Amino acid sequence: MSDDTVNITVDGRTLPAKKGQMLIEVTDAAGINVPRFCYHKKLSVAANCRMCLVEVEKAPKPLPACATPVMPDMIVHTQSSLAREAQQGTMEFLLINHPLDCPICDQGGICELQDVAMGYGQSASQYTEGKRVVFDKYIGPLIATEMTRCIHCTRCVRFGEEIAGIRELGATGRGENVRIGTYIAKSVVSEVSGNVIDICPVGALTARPSRYSARAWELRQQPSIAPHDSIGSNVSVFIDGSTVNQVVPRDNESVNEVWISDRDRFSYQGLRHAERMTTPLVREGEALVPTDWSSALARAAAVLTPTPGSEADLGTLVAPHSTLEELYLAQKLTRGLGSPHIDHRLSQVDFSQAKADPVMPWLGMNLPDLETLNAALLVGSNIRKDQPIAALRLRKSALAGAEISLINPKRVPLNFEAAEQITVRYDRLVEQMHALAVAAGCDLSALEGAPGDAQVSTQHQRIVESLKSGERSAVMLGNLAAAHPARATLLYLARQIARATNATVSLLPERGNTAGAWLAGAVPHRGPGGVAADREGSNAAQLLAGGARRYLLVNAETDYDAASPAAAAQALHDADGVVALASYLSPTLASTADVILPIAEFTETFGTYVNAAGQWQTTKGAVAPPGEARPGWKVFRVLAEALGLEGFGFDSPEAITQEVQRACTSVELNNLLDADDKLEYPGSLAAPMVRSGETPIYRTDPLVRRSQPLQKSTDGKQAFMSMNASVLASIGASEGDAVTIDQGGARAVLPAKLDEAIPDGTVWVPMGLYETRTLGTVFGEVTVSQGGELPGEPAITAVPGIAGGQVKEAV
Amino acid sequence: MSTSTNSAGPNASGLRQNQVCYTTLEYEEPWSYETYLKIGGYKAWQKILDEKLSPEDVVQIVKDSGLRGRGGAGFPTGLKWSFMPKTDPKTPGAQSYFVVNSDESEPGTCKDRDLLRFNPHALVEGMLIGSYAIRASVSYNYMRGEFMDEVYARFSQAVKDAYANGWAGKDIRGSGHDIEVIPTLGAGAYICGEETALLESLEGKKGQPRFKPPFPAGYGLYGKPTTINNTESVSSVPAIIRNGPEWFKSMGVETAGGQKCFSVSGHVASPANFEIDLGTPFSSLLELAGGMKDGIPLKAVIPGGSSVPVVPGDIMMQVNMDYDSISKVAGSMLGSGAVIVMNETTDMVQALRRISRFYYSESCGQCTPCREGTGWLYRMLSRIVEGKGVPEDIAKLEDVAGKIAGRTICALGDAAAMPVQSFVKHYRHEFEYYIEHKRSLVADKLGQAA
Ligand SMILES: Cc1cc2nc3c(=O)[nH]c(=O)nc-3n(C[C@H](O)[C@H](O)[C@H](O)COP(=O)(O)O)c2cc1C
Ligand code: SF4
Ligand code: SF4
Ligand code: FES
Repeated sequence: MSDDTVNITVDGRTLPAKKGQMLIEVTDAAGINVPRFCYHKKLSVAANCRMCLVEVEKAPKPLPACATPVMPDMIVHTQSSLAREAQQGTMEFLLINHPLDCPICDQGGICELQDVAMGYGQSASQYTEGKRVVFDKYIGPLIATEMTRCIHCTRCVRFGEEIAGIRELGATGRGENVRIGTYIAKSVVSEVSGNVIDICPVGALTARPSRYSARAWELRQQPSIAPHDSIGSNVSVFIDGSTVNQVVPRDNESVNEVWISDRDRFSYQGLRHAERMTTPLVREGEALVPTDWSSALARAAAVLTPTPGSEADLGTLVAPHSTLEELYLAQKLTRGLGSPHIDHRLSQVDFSQAKADPVMPWLGMNLPDLETLNAALLVGSNIRKDQPIAALRLRKSALAGAEISLINPKRVPLNFEAAEQITVRYDRLVEQMHALAVAAGCDLSALEGAPGDAQVSTQHQRIVESLKSGERSAVMLGNLAAAHPARATLLYLARQIARATNATVSLLPERGNTAGAWLAGAVPHRGPGGVAADREGSNAAQLLAGGARRYLLVNAETDYDAASPAAAAQALHDADGVVALASYLSPTLASTADVILPIAEFTETFGTYVNAAGQWQTTKGAVAPPGEARPGWKVFRVLAEALGLEGFGFDSPEAITQEVQRACTSVELNNLLDADDKLEYPGSLAAPMVRSGETPIYRTDPLVRRSQPLQKSTDGKQAFMSMNASVLASIGASEGDAVTIDQGGARAVLPAKLDEAIPDGTVWVPMGLYETRTLGTVFGEVTVSQGGELPGEPAITAVPGIAGGQVKEAV
Repeated sequence: MSTSTNSAGPNASGLRQNQVCYTTLEYEEPWSYETYLKIGGYKAWQKILDEKLSPEDVVQIVKDSGLRGRGGAGFPTGLKWSFMPKTDPKTPGAQSYFVVNSDESEPGTCKDRDLLRFNPHALVEGMLIGSYAIRASVSYNYMRGEFMDEVYARFSQAVKDAYANGWAGKDIRGSGHDIEVIPTLGAGAYICGEETALLESLEGKKGQPRFKPPFPAGYGLYGKPTTINNTESVSSVPAIIRNGPEWFKSMGVETAGGQKCFSVSGHVASPANFEIDLGTPFSSLLELAGGMKDGIPLKAVIPGGSSVPVVPGDIMMQVNMDYDSISKVAGSMLGSGAVIVMNETTDMVQALRRISRFYYSESCGQCTPCREGTGWLYRMLSRIVEGKGVPEDIAKLEDVAGKIAGRTICALGDAAAMPVQSFVKHYRHEFEYYIEHKRSLVADKLGQAA
């Protein structure tokens, strides 16, 4: 027995325990049930519910197991009459003011209070006084409150303070009048707020979208993987008949611990959106009309079959949230048809230094390692909104004292305190990284035309110092860096800084399966497993600028995914043929596609996702796709057959996964590859006004774009042109005024919004929005002027042949 | 209730008074710096600095004096101080705090207020010595919100005087020791007198007790080692150093040294604060307070603030005012030293209802038994007083109180339960009468007598 182990006796059993461990951890590990409400293994000990009282010999009174550290030779009774009596006493107190109307409570059947009351409560109450009533609070479209049911365990409060890092819920008042709430009525804005629904032991906080729609015991449960960010959070899908009713986290310490983001939790609400495709569509004249699969496949084959010599005029664009199998089959089919043009990097604009692209962009470490960094530099990353669960882990490093600095084109919201934050106009990111590289004494021989007199500030020096002195440090590049026009230069500088400071280069893959897309070979210069392509094809930007005559789109919504949606729409209009595998109809698809084959979405299909840490996670479909929609891998199989292509006769989806796996056996993950071409130092722009932006958290893929609760939440409302006060004044506008943005003829009108997080000379105009689909690339020179006509609510693209009643709109 | 404090010197009953804390009362401006110097003020602190007494020496003197905490629990002060880490306060990262509890909100208690009004320098000097003894460079005095006006001003002025005369601040009198003394004000919540709730409040958070362990000596203010003492405990220290531990010890009893301030209130002729030797018979204290008002016989006494069990008058007349005697003879506690005297006209059911209302209002609401149980008790008692009681109520009162006591995070739960248990125990017939007759037994008796 090592020094820090002690033996204790619980209910007659001898149990080994670690010194300082709380009693409840030991009983939990041994499978001895001690009732509890306030205790949660991921939260600090509050010891306020007093449900876990147990008898400890020699202690004068019952002690709370959650807050009593083990002592050598302690003798504990969890079921003695003293313990039972204490537990029953607490139960009685909890129930006197709690409504006893479980049949009308949404939590009924999955309620911890109800469960424990069955074991420890009395059948009749001796309480005859009046009961407490608490008014409910509106805290946004995601969480419903019924505060009379609150038992004041403060789990939700501690979650906000300790895990999410923003104090949204708190306790006010005292005694019987303690109230849990937001103090000032407001919506919660945390991107992980939904977790309070799971940790609330009672029906005080429930999921608003699914409230009162089903009973827990009527639901089936299936494991799945969430496809909306590069974490691949493990989830359980609750199914009511054939419909997804709820998505909740499934514990996986190496991935998402016990949490999920709101995006992963509520995206399923988009599954039955009015734009959902439930039958194949083909173009007849101007109109898209419903048809059957065989006619649709025949039409698709007709478009995709090359005439001799025209093989290479096919370009395939596949969205990076697709399954590994879809990504793999898309490139196999494209290459099988003789075209080298395939890409998933729809929102990327800088494709230079292709040799330096890692086989797959990755974190450079395991996800839990994010908690034990000593220093980090985040370059072009809005980590809280882009990778909410990674941000929770990184926050733990920060709380433990790690110095985390950021260089960004806007000041991003954080849930920890940053050591240094450098916020500059997007075209000066390189200059800042260059100064850091100079401060770190990097070899910059591959960079030409860099200024000899880099302005190294003390801030730069402090960042370099923190990276150097930290035993484990990382330079991390996020979504804003990946979409940046000088992406390759930023990556080069990050690599050199990391080398000079002995830090890890960490790339945060932008979308749910970006890493999988690289491994599957859904890039023009590499095949599956990262091997160099026989023939290098055109990249997404070239293809979307009209680099092909015929297009195959897989899950791609160019209006929202393409770096330059206006140009992409034009390219599709001008094309000779467009075939799409899609789950939803979007404006440009509706006006340009010749054939649309409806495919399955999240929860509806088998699929593998590769996360930022290189973990492959496979999930089965939990429900059937609606109507005639089919899993993407099956559609590829029949399409290949219609095209007469060999090698698609998979008898199971697992066989596809295995084929990709075989291609990847010798893959080595390495973010430190070098290119052999030189880089030209991009100076900053002379332009007085530029556009910057990002794809907002709830616009990242077709499903989340259609989840109404997410769209109605604070983070879902992004159709603004944000700018700081001086920019606002310079265009003579006030907040809320219509402002027109002009990008070389591509225009949009948006309401102005004051936001001091935006640097000077910049208007922040997101991409991925209905309102900005008429614009060009997200970073670039623009002119803005006050005035213009504000667009109305985004229009729903009507799906032909769908009866109005078929689609259920939630909320 | 009047809170005037008797002047120093022997009085009619010949009791020795005002030797330790209320030492300045006979002077014109008892609170002034000049007055304090006249009674030997700052000599103790000076002695420590001049003679270079080590912190351990000071702790030992306080231990030897037999001083026990005056805030309620009676924990030996020197022993408490010895729990603090012995790290040099100038070590980088080392920080300890000394915190004085002037939240004084226990019903019946007003001794600390008079101490702060009339002898604030004794506390300032005590804070400097205490901080030195536990190696803290910062000391806070947390005063209840209602002290905002006169009391806070008096204490703050005393702190200013101490700084102006070089007793506090940086490099005190060239000794190399730094000690800051900082007055702070609460917002009027009883629970902030509980030491860990006080710390939370001091940190700017909602005043709620912390679960212990960890204890403040390990994890206190801002997570740093902290000692918390009552105003009177700390104010006693300068006199102990000045006059020696034996002097102090000799004024008390075997298990507790010194004099103690008692706030006598209720049905006595002259309610006031009295600082007398520990171990003085209750009967003498009653005499000091002018005896029973209007000669109406004694019925009961709450000897240590509303939180402690009530004691029937005849038992109380056999008790000496020290920790052991009150607990052994009367089954109650010395508590904060607030002696609430009740005569025969007192309706014990109504009295208990009023006390219960206090705990119901002041529960912080954090833990289940206290949050839910205090309201239940108060509602039952209200119902009984309103003539709506049922026979089961008495057992239910005892049951609910029993489920609160010993089951909560802090002692407020016990404080809410003990009055109920003791009132029902000693005056059960009054509760039964209320339930049966829907009227007060005491009122009926008084009516008959009239
Ligand atoms: C509900 C509650 C209220 C308290 N209020 C006070 C108070 O007002 N003043 C005080 O000195 N101690 C109060 N205490 C006791 C303190 O927690 C603590 O024991 C005391 O300040 C320690 O000082 P001492 O050792 O000098 O007695 C209270 C305790 C409880 C549980
Ligand atoms: S709302 Fe739920 S989680 Fe929050 S304190 Fe109340 S019962 Fe606990
Ligand atoms: S016993 Fe009462 S006052 Fe003390 S912590 Fe619990 S609820 Fe708060
Ligand atoms: S679980 Fe231990 S007190 Fe709540």
